[in-house]
Amino acid sequence: MDDLANLIDVAKTERSRQKRLRVHCCTSTGCRAASSEAVLTSLQDTIKTEGLEDEVEAIGVGCMGFCGRGPLVEIEPSAWLDPAFQGDKPLENEQLYEEVKPEQAASIITALKGGTATAVKGNPQHPFFARQMKIVREFSGRIDPERIEEYIAVGGYRSLYKAVYEMTPAEVVDEITRSGLRGRGGGGYPTGLKWATVAKMTGDQKYVICNGDEGDPGAFMDRSVLESDPHLVLEGMAIAGYAVGANHGFIYVRAEYPLAIQRLQKAIQQAKKYGLLGSQIFDSMFDFKVDIRIGAGAFVCGEETALIQSIEGGRGNPQPRPPYPAQSGLWDCPTLINNVETFGNIAPIIHRGGDWYAGIGTEKSKGTKIFALTGKIRNNGLIEVPMGITLRDIVEDMGGGVPEGDIKAVQTGGPSGGCIPVSLLDTPVDYDSLVAIGSMMGSGGMVVMDDTTNMVEVAKFYMEFCKEESCGKCIPCRAGTVQLYDMLTHLLSQQATEDDLIKLEELCRMVKETSLCGLGMSAPNPVLSTLRYFHDEYEALLKTPAFSSS
Amino acid sequence: MSVKTLKIDGKDIAIESGTTVLQAAKENGVAIPTLCHLDGVSDVGACRLCLVEVAGSNKLLPACVTEVAEGMDIQTNTPKLQQYRKMTVELLFAEGNHVCAVCVANGNCELQDMAVLVGMDHSRFPYQFPDRPVDVSHEQFGIDHNRCILCTRCVRVCDEIEGAHVWDVAQRGENCFIVSGLNQPWGEVDACTSCGKCVDACPTGAIFRKGSTTGEKERDRAKLEFLVTAREQHQWTR
Repeated sequence: MDDLANLIDVAKTERSRQKRLRVHCCTSTGCRAASSEAVLTSLQDTIKTEGLEDEVEAIGVGCMGFCGRGPLVEIEPSAWLDPAFQGDKPLENEQLYEEVKPEQAASIITALKGGTATAVKGNPQHPFFARQMKIVREFSGRIDPERIEEYIAVGGYRSLYKAVYEMTPAEVVDEITRSGLRGRGGGGYPTGLKWATVAKMTGDQKYVICNGDEGDPGAFMDRSVLESDPHLVLEGMAIAGYAVGANHGFIYVRAEYPLAIQRLQKAIQQAKKYGLLGSQIFDSMFDFKVDIRIGAGAFVCGEETALIQSIEGGRGNPQPRPPYPAQSGLWDCPTLINNVETFGNIAPIIHRGGDWYAGIGTEKSKGTKIFALTGKIRNNGLIEVPMGITLRDIVEDMGGGVPEGDIKAVQTGGPSGGCIPVSLLDTPVDYDSLVAIGSMMGSGGMVVMDDTTNMVEVAKFYMEFCKEESCGKCIPCRAGTVQLYDMLTHLLSQQATEDDLIKLEELCRMVKETSLCGLGMSAPNPVLSTLRYFHDEYEALLKTPAFSSS
Repeated sequence: MSVKTLKIDGKDIAIESGTTVLQAAKENGVAIPTLCHLDGVSDVGACRLCLVEVAGSNKLLPACVTEVAEGMDIQTNTPKLQQYRKMTVELLFAEGNHVCAVCVANGNCELQDMAVLVGMDHSRFPYQFPDRPVDVSHEQFGIDHNRCILCTRCVRVCDEIEGAHVWDVAQRGENCFIVSGLNQPWGEVDACTSCGKCVDACPTGAIFRKGSTTGEKERDRAKLEFLVTAREQHQWTR
């Protein structure tokens, strides 16, 4: 790809190839498990038998978000995908079908000629969809993730061109700083500041790493982004490479995401073929290649220093910081490491400007965040919402509340986060508000619990997870989580005394304050937050004294 | 050479920049407890006993890997640190099978000394009694995993000083153990040069010389320091 004209040509050719109507069928992991591939085949076959090939095309796309009701099929006019499209999107042209069975698929196509489909019709205007604001997921579930041409047709790689030809690396960093984007992996470190640090480091060799080792129970945002729009992440990484002066990037994906890995491999190959990755991108002096590294099943490898050890081929043990990876990371070179979702925000920011992005969200948390809404909730799935929306809006309005009974708590931040009681549901979702109430944003897992949930059991579940995922390097995390788990088990067997409860809290504080890395430091959070908000449940489990003094 | 001035436990000190807080404290007569630190090999910051409080930081910092900075105000022995150190030692005792009465290192054990130092006379945490093996397949030495505290000194001393890298850590979390070779019996590991540096480095009685009985373990720690000095400064004197 030499220049912009070529890129526009590819987009034009692709758009003219596209049929008037697109029938999108989700082929991501969740819907695949519900036999969406058979649905897609049936859709394609029926288009042929009905003679609609010139009008309609059935396309396997990425995740549409409403995973609890998959497989999803959506019909969208292809004109709507044109970046230049302006005007109304009349409701009758957009049709959504939920829980489509392979035998119902044909009726969706025949219904286009008149008649009714036997598949269950969904409501695209439901708050679950209507209240979302899609930046990272704008084209997730709307384009074929396995064809780069579709990504280019919706304006893909234009931001990379803009960065390389119209901006200096410093201007790119500035734009990201101005956007107010903060790390989406959970920590919330200002992305612009991190980029500026790596950019300022001297040295011939620098690296960019994309952290796709998502592992929180109930979280699948990054998997969905990688499966649905891999080029968006690649483009973000390339822009980052240009901004900080790196020519080599790694995507670290966990082995449990085979489809994401497969699609990334395909995407990298296609981007190389078009000259969008590799040497002399857009015929400029900028080189950037991307390699995939596959995790071997350790949760702790999501911690940046452990991840770097793992890429280097060592044991995935966290290292003391400083030095931070920005100063001395992969093979002791300055390394920029960001999460998948963070990279997903880069191309839109470069395209529309940092100020546009900074206009979304709250004062200190800008933009949107993807959450995986799971647990005891009617509408399971992925949502991308602007920062500052309240938990109540997410859980009750978008999520539709719990199927039976009442909401008791919402768990955010996975094993590092905490349980937020229903009384605090009006808390706005942003980095600082969630920390203030003893939880954290985390990577975006949101597990809803109803009133049948035993909160001590919940704490024990997360402690078991941490105990099993501790790398074993530092004593508080290795031995402390084991003791905490045993204490919770002891409590649940109704054998613990008040002293044990005090000891539990003491050990929690010790593990939190003395552990080496984020895993240990945050492992006690689920216990501490349930102790704070559901203390009565702990008390109710205490052993009743055999002889009461009263 | 630039110099940093700082305060450790209220005492004003001046020290070469690049020094760690641990070294700075030692040179000024302040002892900070350590278990995984060993002079001459790299630091890993794993035992968390050397954590100190630094004014202005909301985190506790490990003295062994924290470099001195101008104007630092460090406290090494606050009540909170004392409490945490005691808990750390309790966790260690509860995690393994440490029976001083039958241990080669009795009376000459850094874990035992640490328990005395932090005032631990019993563990408030229940003992785990893990089922751990003993490997005496080596001609001269043995490793008793019951006594291992996973400080990884043996791993580092073998890799960094001897250059053999016989040892490493296998598994994760509570299942971690020190592994020889490719998880072979120690005696079958060709890479082992039988130099005995791991015996000298081990803080407890986990790695020992065969034939020594209760309380007989002696370490030639000076040998390690001698080797490091010889290599780094070319001074071949002991």
